[in-house]
Amino acid sequence: MDASPSLLSLMSFSQDGWGARFIEGVAVTLQVSLAAYALSLVFGLLGASAKLSPFRALRWIADAYTTLVRALPELLLLLLVFFSGADAIKFLLSFLGDDYADVEVDPFAAAVIALGFIGGAYMTEVMRGAILSIPIGQIEAAKACGMSPLLRVRRIILPQMLRFALPGMSNLWLNATKDSSLISVLGSFQDILFMGYRAASTTKHYSFFYSMTALFFLAVTLASMAIIRLIEARVNRGYK
Amino acid sequence: MDESLAFMISIFPRLLAAVPLTLSLTLISGVIGNLLAVPVALARLSPNPLLWVPSAFYILLMRGTPLLVQTYLIYYGLGEVLPGSFIQKTFLWPYLKDGFWYAVFAFSLNTAGYTGEILRGAMSAVPKGEIEAAVAYGMSPWLRLRRVILPRAIQICLPAMSGETILLLKATSLASLITVWDIMGTARQIQKETYQIYEPLLAAGIIYIVTVFILIRLLNALERRINQHRAAPVSA
Repeated sequence: MDASPSLLSLMSFSQDGWGARFIEGVAVTLQVSLAAYALSLVFGLLGASAKLSPFRALRWIADAYTTLVRALPELLLLLLVFFSGADAIKFLLSFLGDDYADVEVDPFAAAVIALGFIGGAYMTEVMRGAILSIPIGQIEAAKACGMSPLLRVRRIILPQMLRFALPGMSNLWLNATKDSSLISVLGSFQDILFMGYRAASTTKHYSFFYSMTALFFLAVTLASMAIIRLIEARVNRGYK
Repeated sequence: MDESLAFMISIFPRLLAAVPLTLSLTLISGVIGNLLAVPVALARLSPNPLLWVPSAFYILLMRGTPLLVQTYLIYYGLGEVLPGSFIQKTFLWPYLKDGFWYAVFAFSLNTAGYTGEILRGAMSAVPKGEIEAAVAYGMSPWLRLRRVILPRAIQICLPAMSGETILLLKATSLASLITVWDIMGTARQIQKETYQIYEPLLAAGIIYIVTVFILIRLLNALERRINQHRAAPVSA
């Protein structure tokens, strides 16, 4: 390709170069992924507690949640939850009073809820496995010491399960960053892929800009892997 | 409620007509991807850096970037390069006007990366003694691979590979974004025609769930058959 110098100049990081836009895209991708991941942790903890609870109804709901989410394509779920999520929030807010009836639901919140809901199903399985890996004697010992259930969760279960859950959680973080690329389809987010799409269709250099898009995602993955390695070393510091 | 139920029932035949397309996307990409995974895994395990470095980079690239980006890169990227090249004069050209084969291309390459990594793990888990026995019998490296290492590795990683197949079936829904009218694509087309948001997605969701469950059953049966001489697997 003899056009490469001019192609590279298209990627400039000055104010109106595509490079700068891609960096903005990375910020959006990271924001959405982080928020969705945090929400998936909440869904995961609730789901895992429900799956391990003695109440059959809770177990049934959690089983239905993980089975359905894992059997449906992410794109379909995203569209479904993105649109119905906004309606559901409006419906809930309408109970608070008429003032809230015509609140505009932020697309960012709707996308985060959708992605967090999807990730939460996978997180449920990771956390369920991790809780089950804690030696039962430790939980019995905590009970024998007279710890309340909440204290037990805070002092024994959470710190212990973290070590077992970490590999799965790291995987899910990498998935979260990749799945977040689906939001470019919704049209209201300027994430990495959306920037790539815009750059490619305005300049007609499709192969170049989609390669750049892939490189930026790869950079996010590599940076994440480096950080994960540090966290793993710290969490496993007591074990050889 | 009745109205939307009736509407959902009315669009079912159209969505069901798209099931063969989704299944052929899955099947063709799965077969090509799994075949490509073998050289990827072998190269990854090779002590020669000229082989394992490119293979490791390939696996990283496929697993480290979103499938949607890979699909766009292949669909739009090749769409930019191919017209005007010699390919236009070959028998391949009529196929390349259709998004379907670009999707197959992208999904196969992606599957090769994921399954290659799985196969690599399984190949290194084949008991050393069995390989040594094959060497002692005087088997050539190729015969050893064909008769001992691959069959054993596939047995070991079969559960992971069937999981990968389910993920592939779900991932084929991304083809709808490059003008392939699979189940998801048909659902989005109906959305645009009728201005109904939920019903086409819900109906498509039901079809995907049933398809996934049938596929899981088939894969479990296959697993049981391949591993029938071992202890019966615990039913899921």
